[in-house]
Parts: sequence; C-alpha cells; structure tokens
Amino acid sequence: MSEKTVMDSIARLVPPGSRVLDLGCGDGALLAYLQATRGCSGYGVEIDDAKVLACVKRGVNVLQLNLEGGLTMFGDDAFDVVLQIDTLQHLRNAQTMLRETARVGRIGIVAFPNFAHWPNRMAVLQGHMPVTKRLPYQWYDTPNIRVGTYRDFEVLARRNGLTIEDSFGLHEGREIRSLPNLLASTAVFRFSS
Amino acid sequence: MIVTPQTQHFAEPLPLKSGALLPAYALVYETYGTLNADKSNAVLICHALNASHHVAGWHADANGQPLSRSEGWWHNMIGPGKPVDTDRYFVIGVNNLGSCFGSTGPTHTNPATGQPWGADFPVVTVEDWVNAQARLLDVLGIQTLAAVMGGSLGGMQTLSWTLQYPDRVRHAIVVASAPNLTAENIAFNEVARRAIVTDPDFHGGHYLREGTLPRRGLRIARMIGHITYLSDDVMNAKFGRSLRASDAEDPAALAELAYRYTTQGVEFQIESYLRYQGDKFSEYFDANTYLLITRALDYFDPAREWDGDLSAALARARAKFLLISFTTDWRFSPARSRELVKALLENRRDVSYAEIDAPHGHDAFLLDDPRYHQAVRAYFDQTVSKGGTA
Repeated sequence: MSEKTVMDSIARLVPPGSRVLDLGCGDGALLAYLQATRGCSGYGVEIDDAKVLACVKRGVNVLQLNLEGGLTMFGDDAFDVVLQIDTLQHLRNAQTMLRETARVGRIGIVAFPNFAHWPNRMAVLQGHMPVTKRLPYQWYDTPNIRVGTYRDFEVLARRNGLTIEDSFGLHEGREIRSLPNLLASTAVFRFSS
Repeated sequence: MIVTPQTQHFAEPLPLKSGALLPAYALVYETYGTLNADKSNAVLICHALNASHHVAGWHADANGQPLSRSEGWWHNMIGPGKPVDTDRYFVIGVNNLGSCFGSTGPTHTNPATGQPWGADFPVVTVEDWVNAQARLLDVLGIQTLAAVMGGSLGGMQTLSWTLQYPDRVRHAIVVASAPNLTAENIAFNEVARRAIVTDPDFHGGHYLREGTLPRRGLRIARMIGHITYLSDDVMNAKFGRSLRASDAEDPAALAELAYRYTTQGVEFQIESYLRYQGDKFSEYFDANTYLLITRALDYFDPAREWDGDLSAALARARAKFLLISFTTDWRFSPARSRELVKALLENRRDVSYAEIDAPHGHDAFLLDDPRYHQAVRAYFDQTVSKGGTA
C-alpha cells in the first residue's frame, strides 16, 4: 500500500493544508508524503515499536497508542481528515473505530482489502480461503480479523449514518471506478458524518 | 571523556515561588561538547531526585586518569556517539538548588546565622529550579536551547521550561514523567519524609548543628523509594523468595536453607538488598535535601493555576515535544504521559510519544533499552538537528 501511485490516489482525497490523523500510520510514509506534497500537518498513531521508530526517523509526529483502546485522546472534529489505511481490518472494535473516526475527523478516509475481488471469490468457490498478493496470509495466521467487501462497507457506513463522498477500488496501483467490488483488490472510501 | 565540575556564583538574590528570597547562591554544573558559533546546539539536562550535575563522562583522579565508577548518572544516554551526541551538542548538567551535591543547599552555611541552613533552607520548587537554570544560561550566553531533557522530576523541569521560557526552548524531551503527582505518589513521599523527621537524630532538621545525621530515617526513605522505582516482575525475577545466602554458597545448600524464624534478622534476599541500598544512600545523601526535593515533586502542578485544565496550562508552550513512558512504571505511569500528550494535541503542538514495553518499572528511564535509546537518537538526529523556531 505504499507504492507511490496508491499514495497519490489517497493523497488526492486529502484537501491541501489539512490537519491529518493517520491511524495505523506504519512507517509514516503517507504522512510524510502528505506533508511534503500537500502542505498537511498532523500525527500518526502506531503500536509497533519498529514502525514508531521509522516515523521518528522520518521526522513525522507519531503517537505509540493501541487503537483497541479507542480514540479518547482526540476531541470531536479535532482533525480535518482521519485516515485508516489498511488498519480497520486489524481491529476487533472495527465498527466503534469507524464511528470514532467520524467523530474525530471532519472527513474520514478508509482503505482495506476487498474480499469480494474476483480471485478471492474463485478461491472460496474452490473451497479455500484466498491467499493473494493483497491477502498474503493463511486463514490461521492472518492479522486481518475483520474481512469485508467493498459493498459490505457501503452498508456499514449507511447504518452508521455516514455520507460516502467518494469511493473507488484500487488494483495494481490503478483506480477502479467500474465494478470495484469485483475488480479491485482494495476498497477506498471517503466519508463524512 | 573527563569532565570537571564548575561553579557559578550569583550575587543577585533569587525570588522563590513561596515568596521567600534566596540570597547569594552558587550553582555547580558540568558541560560536555562544544558550544557552536551561533550558540544553537545547547542541550540542558535536568536531574531527578537523587542525581546531580554529573550527567556524563568521568571525573579524574590526581593523575588525570578517569576515576573508576565515576561515570555520570546518564552516561549510557549522553556522550560522544551516544543518543544525545556530545560530538554535536553542547550538553549542560546543572545541580539544583537545595541539593547536597554542590549547589547551594541545606548543608551549606546560612549567611544570616553562620550556621548550616538545615531546616531553614527555603522550600524550592520546580519553577524556582528552572529560573535558576535560566540565569546560568544567561551567564553562559545561551539564549535558546536546542533541547531540554529530563526523566521523572527532571521531566517536570523540562515541561516547566517550555511554560516558563517558551521562547528559549526548541525541543523538550520528557521521559517517565507526569503533569503532577497523584495522591498515592504524594503518599509515598510523605511516608519517606515521616521516616526522616521522626528519626531521633533529626533534631528538627538541624542535625548538623548537633553533630548527628538522621541515617535511620534516610535509610527507610530510600527503601520505600527503591520499591516504587521497580516493578513486581523485576523484583521477583531478581530476588523472588530467595533467602539470604551469606552462609551457604553452593546451590544444594541454598535449597536446603531453612527459615531461621527470626522477626528482626535479615531473612530474604530482598530485605538484604533494600538494607544495603538504604545504608549506601544514607552515607551520601542529605536528609533535608530529601525533604526538599520530594516536596518540590508534590507541589509541581502547572494546571493548578488554570483550575486543573492542563490544556490551558500548556497553551504557552512553543517547543516540539518527545514524550516517552514505560509500560511497567507505576510511579509515573504511561497514563500520566498520555495526559500530557492529550493536552499538547489540544494545543496543536508537534509531539511524538513512545510507550516502551520494558519490565523495569520507573528505573527503566535510566537503563539502556535499545527501543528507548533509538527513539531518542532518532529524534535528535532527525528533529532536534533541524533546528526549528522557538
């Protein structure tokens, strides 16, 4: 998810000059990119020691926090944009975190692996959980504990009163706007509450 | 790196937060590295309860050779090539007022009486220490610090620097600290203080005039403090329920070691260890200093003037922050550091926060956990070195 074209696709959803909170910010590459190319400021949240260190080495603000503990540290509408790029699928409290994302940010941007991408459907039809470049784990050791589809997210967003402002799929670095639930390995949503 | 302490005398009295005035006083300090031409690479290190200006390097013996075991209290963090690299930064360690390691304190002579200050030494606060440190920087010609850094009580001074002199601090590194002490924390301090003042040798704090020292009280104060600086896990790993093994060296004999059914003898290893720590401490630390410094800890509470609103209290800060806490530190717990992070976020300050999963309790801030040291090194290399506005 850190290829430049993918970062570009997500960065385009972030208004220039935004104050950004990046939940599960990894090594801070996206935050650094947003700061460098779109004049953004903000913080990353990360739990992993090595990734926290990578962020400090990049000079981006990083907070070592466990997202399972919620976002109580952050006030209502404290950020222009809250990002959850490849994060939601790792969280037990995914629905709560989606609501919290909408509370803390004026805009929420979520990206996650689309389980309805056709190779995944093929794998299940053949009787196996998919193992692909995008979902490289075996079913018994995957950190993706909340697998969902592009269409599932639309339902969840509606049920939580979120307005989807833009959405598309990503595959091999390209934006997929036609039949994304079938043709994209990654789902991207930009929403507001 | 051989270092020699220096002394700076101040003739102008220091107004204290209590309203008292400290007459002429001296600060003992050490410096490491070289101040650059535009004086932009100065880093101030603030010390905690039982430490001093001797932060890094070694003191020399009569022949100019490093004295064994004389390394500074934070030498694993600060020095040539260390996370706080004295090849790049001009690092300053200052002994605080009220201490017993050189700067004016209760063991020194009160000019008004010609006797040791003892209990009459005025109560000093974190804010007073910071004001005194700022005067030393004035003498050294340093207007702006690249960074202030400290752990525990030193972290409180660091935070206070960003509030008292916001335009003189570019970066603040606050380790294992808190915005104030909790009731439980004050309670531990109070038990330590009661141990000292109820020692028959305390003489109302004027023991030096009486030619005595309240060693018993200091020992117990240190034992209590020591327990709270460690974690249950570390204590169990290090001592467990082992019995004192002085009269049995081989494991077989150790296993057969029987309880001696005494109530006053040293039975368990942990008892022996605490007594040793207490004895050692009582030989070099001053009892009035212990009272003063624990009081300074109790009083520190920058939000107090803002009806407890920490965010409002921190609104003055202009520095960039790095905060670090340790998961098993129950005296200055991660939750307290997160309160600081939250208040800094509300003020839109640049802040990074590392919560290190270390087993060593509060003591972890003095140990060389690689995750901790790498974070400090990266912050100095990537952020402090870039300058920034203060």
